[in-house]
Amino acid sequence: MEDLLIYVVIFGTLIGAMTYAAILVWFERRMLAWWQDRLGPNRVGPFGIGLALADILKLLAKEDWVPPFADKKVFVIAPCFVMIAMLMGFAVVPYGPETYIADLNIGLLFFMGMTSLAVYAVLLGGLSSNNKFSLIGGLRSAAQMVSYEVFMGLSLMGVVMLSGSFSLVDIVESQQDGWFVISQFFGFVVFVVAGIAESHRLPFDLPEAEQELVGGFHTEYSGMKFGIFMVGEYLGVILISAMIATIFFGGWIGPGFLPPIFWLAAKTFCFVMFFILLRAAMPRPRYDQLMSLGWKVMLPITLVNLVVTGGVVLWMNT
Amino acid sequence: MPTIIVDGISYQVDANDNLLEALLGLGLDLPYFCWHPSMGSIGSCRQCAVIQYQDEDDQQGRLVMSCMTPVTEGAILSIDAEPAAEFRSAVIENLMINHPHDCPVCEEGGECHLQDMTVMAGHSMRHYKGLKTTHRNQYLGPLLNHEMNRCIACYRCVRYYQDYAGGTDLAVFGSRGRVYFGRHEDGVLQSEFAGNLVEVCPTGVFTDKPLSERYTRKWDLQSAPAVCTGCSMGCNISVAERYGELRRIHNRYNSEVNGYFLCDRGRFGGGFVNHEDRIRRCGVRNASGVYDPVSKQQMLEKVSALISAAGSKVVAIGSPRASLESNHLLGKLVGRENFYSGLSGREQSIINAIYAIQQTGGARIPTLREVEAADAVLILGEDVTNTSARLALSLRQTVRNRSKEMANQIQIPLWHDAAVRKLAQDEKSPLVLVTASEDRLEDVSCLTHRAGPDDTARIGYAIANIIDNRYSRPADLTDNEQTLAASIASILKNAEKPLIISGSGSLNLAVVEAAANVAWALKGENKDSGLIYCVPECNSLGVTMLHDGNSNNLDDLLSGSDDIDVAIVLENDLYRRAGSTAINSWLGKVKNLVVIDQLDNPTASVATLVLPAASFAETEGTLVNYEGRAQRSFAAFLPQGDIQGSWQWLLDIADQVGTQKFGSIRQFDQVTEDIAAQNAALSGVTKAAPDASYRSGAGQKIARMTHRASGRTAMVADVTMYEPQQPVDNTSALAFTMEGANLIKPGEVPSSLTPYIWSPGWNSNQAIIKFQAETGGALTDSDPGVRLIATASPVADLHTRHTTIPAITRHQGGSLQLVPGYHLFGSEELSAYSKAIAELTPRGYFAVHPDVAGQLGVADHDGLETQINGANVQLEVVVSESVARQCVVYSYGIDATGELVHEKRGTFKKAESWESSRPSNLIMSDR
Amino acid sequence: MIKGILDLIRNTFTQLITLKMVLHHTFSPPDTVQYPEQMPYLPPRYRARIILTRDPDGEERCVSCNLCAVACPVDCIVLQKTESEDGRWYPEFFRINFSRCVMCGMCEEACPTYAIQLTPDFEMCEYDRSNMVYEKEHLLIDGCGKYPGYSFWNVSGKTISGKDKGEAENEAEPVDVRSLMP
Repeated sequence: MEDLLIYVVIFGTLIGAMTYAAILVWFERRMLAWWQDRLGPNRVGPFGIGLALADILKLLAKEDWVPPFADKKVFVIAPCFVMIAMLMGFAVVPYGPETYIADLNIGLLFFMGMTSLAVYAVLLGGLSSNNKFSLIGGLRSAAQMVSYEVFMGLSLMGVVMLSGSFSLVDIVESQQDGWFVISQFFGFVVFVVAGIAESHRLPFDLPEAEQELVGGFHTEYSGMKFGIFMVGEYLGVILISAMIATIFFGGWIGPGFLPPIFWLAAKTFCFVMFFILLRAAMPRPRYDQLMSLGWKVMLPITLVNLVVTGGVVLWMNT
Repeated sequence: MPTIIVDGISYQVDANDNLLEALLGLGLDLPYFCWHPSMGSIGSCRQCAVIQYQDEDDQQGRLVMSCMTPVTEGAILSIDAEPAAEFRSAVIENLMINHPHDCPVCEEGGECHLQDMTVMAGHSMRHYKGLKTTHRNQYLGPLLNHEMNRCIACYRCVRYYQDYAGGTDLAVFGSRGRVYFGRHEDGVLQSEFAGNLVEVCPTGVFTDKPLSERYTRKWDLQSAPAVCTGCSMGCNISVAERYGELRRIHNRYNSEVNGYFLCDRGRFGGGFVNHEDRIRRCGVRNASGVYDPVSKQQMLEKVSALISAAGSKVVAIGSPRASLESNHLLGKLVGRENFYSGLSGREQSIINAIYAIQQTGGARIPTLREVEAADAVLILGEDVTNTSARLALSLRQTVRNRSKEMANQIQIPLWHDAAVRKLAQDEKSPLVLVTASEDRLEDVSCLTHRAGPDDTARIGYAIANIIDNRYSRPADLTDNEQTLAASIASILKNAEKPLIISGSGSLNLAVVEAAANVAWALKGENKDSGLIYCVPECNSLGVTMLHDGNSNNLDDLLSGSDDIDVAIVLENDLYRRAGSTAINSWLGKVKNLVVIDQLDNPTASVATLVLPAASFAETEGTLVNYEGRAQRSFAAFLPQGDIQGSWQWLLDIADQVGTQKFGSIRQFDQVTEDIAAQNAALSGVTKAAPDASYRSGAGQKIARMTHRASGRTAMVADVTMYEPQQPVDNTSALAFTMEGANLIKPGEVPSSLTPYIWSPGWNSNQAIIKFQAETGGALTDSDPGVRLIATASPVADLHTRHTTIPAITRHQGGSLQLVPGYHLFGSEELSAYSKAIAELTPRGYFAVHPDVAGQLGVADHDGLETQINGANVQLEVVVSESVARQCVVYSYGIDATGELVHEKRGTFKKAESWESSRPSNLIMSDR
Repeated sequence: MIKGILDLIRNTFTQLITLKMVLHHTFSPPDTVQYPEQMPYLPPRYRARIILTRDPDGEERCVSCNLCAVACPVDCIVLQKTESEDGRWYPEFFRINFSRCVMCGMCEEACPTYAIQLTPDFEMCEYDRSNMVYEKEHLLIDGCGKYPGYSFWNVSGKTISGKDKGEAENEAEPVDVRSLMP
């Protein structure tokens, strides 16, 4: 019985996340249009929702082309990395008090490890394309990861100190009395910024940067391989949003009249909307601005936050 | 060299220049109208004002007209100073007051000097609110449009037409606002150089009428650097095409040859390219005498089957109007012994003699620029204006050397045109004419003598003998001849740079030899004597040099008795070079006549196989002009149908035959290289222009179209939506596209490959100023062409060379001496097909002196007939005082005169029941 | 250091204000017009399908000056000048390849005679590209288009039949060259 439940959760996560990501492609365009006083895709099906399906069909029908000058094996494998890494990240997200795929005692580290792995997809895709735009995109991605990975981890250490555990199940449990967003506000801010950078979303989509780099790391990709990159990106958005909700906004915790998974979904949705809003409103910074924001602003804030939190925890415990 | 300071920067300039020339020569932009590099300054338009400062402390300065101010050492000037710029803008506003709103319907638009200068001077808004002065236009003939409203009264046209070209029927009338430039009444402009008004006029008063009929703006024309095929002068032209038709011919500056001007045959004679009689398909004559079109491949198979049939006797006839390359390949295909030059025996012997004389180096062969520096001229038996018109225009400048001398004596700068002309009044350097009939240069000659060709030669010999008595003396000289020769000799002996001009025009060998004697005798007197021979066609000298003056000629072939299996005729109408009886009897011996030609002429219409040849505007070719200058001409466009260059036909035929004689020759450049390798005399031809591998500085081919050619994506849209690739040119360094080097910077492209002249802000042909090393001088990249005949050191025994003196011309049993009379319009084979030229071509005629007319009992408009070699030739009679006695002058190349060219004498009688066939528009003279 | 921190705070706030402003658009209606269900109003000066107009007297306005062709950035106009009996210049053929045209209106701006004009008719889809090639008979309309009353020949100095020298606007009588008056 318990075995069955775990399979339900696993497949539920797989199907749910993928469907969510696919619909998000349409949903994002509608939202962007809304905020920009347009209509967006509204022709296929009610409200244009059929666009998601049409897009998938289109991508499937396209020629699955590998450039003759590319490093073929790496070129094919690269998109799979992003998909696998992002889906693996969902393994440690608790959907309810007992509903989760795995309660790892290093859950947080596992999540960060998985998101870091996703960067390899971008890096390898950019490198194997054998194209100058792709290469620059890949290089930017690597540099971006190196800068933001550092304080993404550090920003969560405050939460770990307060909850005393790396397990996400425990972290959620320890928020029964109050969300960590209050006690760890700076940690939250830094995590959100790092999360955007991690998922290459606007305004930090420098590896892609259509205006300068054509398509960045995926310039040479087409068909479903491109589609996987795309879905991977939206999975990243959902994963990061779910993580923000879990770590700082009490995860599944909410009033009992609705099931816990609803509250997690609702909170996640809010952050997905926030991601879309950022895309609708923010200009892309210059590359050096991105780096200096990371190293000169975010890192100090994180360190100060860490020291203060540590001090408070020590003081409270003594 | 004086130093001047312009807007704070110092420059070195030529002390003999005026300021305008100097500033333009430095590459600075300064507007001007009335000044022209070859006509000097008169300071009438006030457009070229600049500020000149007294010294460094002078802040105010004063306005000076730069064209009227000599260059002085240390002059401080400003072009950009506010008062000067304002003044120029005001002047052009005044000039533009009456200018109509015509640019869209003006043929000058887009290459208008007035447009350029208006933009340069900064005038953009008309303040004048009054009525515009208007004028009525005149009919000026089939060559030029007249639109007097557009005139800005710069006086360039009359200065060019009267002062420079010696015309009398274009003048300025009226005063102040009514000033009018035109003729005294409607009528054809009489000057042979009237066409240059198109380029001389800074705006659209005089425009190109044939161009206007199928008008195309300059920016849409696809041009190529070509060489005129109208005569032997080898003027450089820019040929322009649109929609597969030749649209116009424009001057292409070459300081050594044509400079800024062309003659009207050159400018308007290209119309034959579009003629309806063009042969466009390969044709095979069937039993009923009609030509069946066949494909190119079928034709090649037929020709090669004929040639390679076992034991067949193949002969080939070259042509003096075909390129060196075509003639060379034809000779190579059939073998030297079976190649005939295509010149008649009479013509060939004269041109061989001319070539031999040029090789001895006894006298210099001057370029046209050098002609203008001569200080005495003797013309022996050549109607220069009608055979080599551009030379006549230069001679009109030569006679001005006396006025330049006078100006130098009292230190008037030579660019000060009005002053120099006023000073000299009618003083001229001597020019002596000895010709058989009226000559257009008589108005500038100091001495004119009428004589038939033989008598002309006798006078020449006599002059040489008087100068240096080692030269042979004609026997039984009349007193008249004696005094004439003495006075001519003294004129020539008084000169420093005497120039002798003769040529093949009178079809008389003795005249040619006599002219050489005069030049050599003068050389012996330590004079820097020049000797020019006009030859009949654009490549007469080239085809002679090809076999070093030893070619077989047409007469050798026609008089032969062998049966011939195949005769290949290259771009040559045999009926113009020999009597029809001789040709027809020869044709009886020829089984297959293969003609490669451009137009459906009498020879082509008796051919078995006809191959369409490209004209000068459609293919490459190297031509050798009168002075032995090899110049490369390029295709402006690719012809339609099966037409291709004769050299390409010959290469294709050789390929089909599979002959080994051609080795690895597949490309045009290889043909040229082969010519250079096989003929010592022509070893320089490869240097005439860069070969097909040439690329400009940026590694590009040179674009034939301008950078702003229009209509690329719609031109063939009515036929196909798939825009075809532009034709690829593997033959030359030029490209049939707008991509490539577009002459953005002067000097970027070699002058021999410059398809058209354009510079930013200078859309008219006056942009040439930007391409000259110094104003009015050689081009930055040296002038196109290469001289092949080196001036050898003179040989000692020159006086022993020419001693065959003809006897005095007398009536010989009622026969009269036949003398060809030439016409700029009509005497040349191809240009005569051009519509505009055909309109001006006179009817065929026999011109006789009134005395002779009396003896024959004929008057004007009667007919005269003669029996020559079995043919009966009837032409209209023109009675003229200015025809030498004992001569009958016939219209060369017009009507059935091909029968006459072979004969020296003929017996004439009145043609009964003569009726003139078409109205005459003979221009004898308006004087 | 302090200034840097203050700058950072201010910059952060401006970014947040941006977010707020964009979020406000949640409540503003979209500007999109739902073509083809809703047909938008296109002003007469809208730039779409090109036409050739006629003079008030019914003759062709185009004088085939080639300025439209040279102004065209995609080189999709091609024409050839010819001349009528009465002295007017007009195009022998005039072809626009609309499959290349970008409706930029440069030709209209270049036209000195108001002959070539753009109209608001932009619906010109075809299944066969060759149907997008318009010849003169397809382009020429019967009226003056946007500029009624204008006739180029009335301001030009060239003579056409019915308009002699001196009869155009702002022109004086033709000069009598033979007059002796000063």
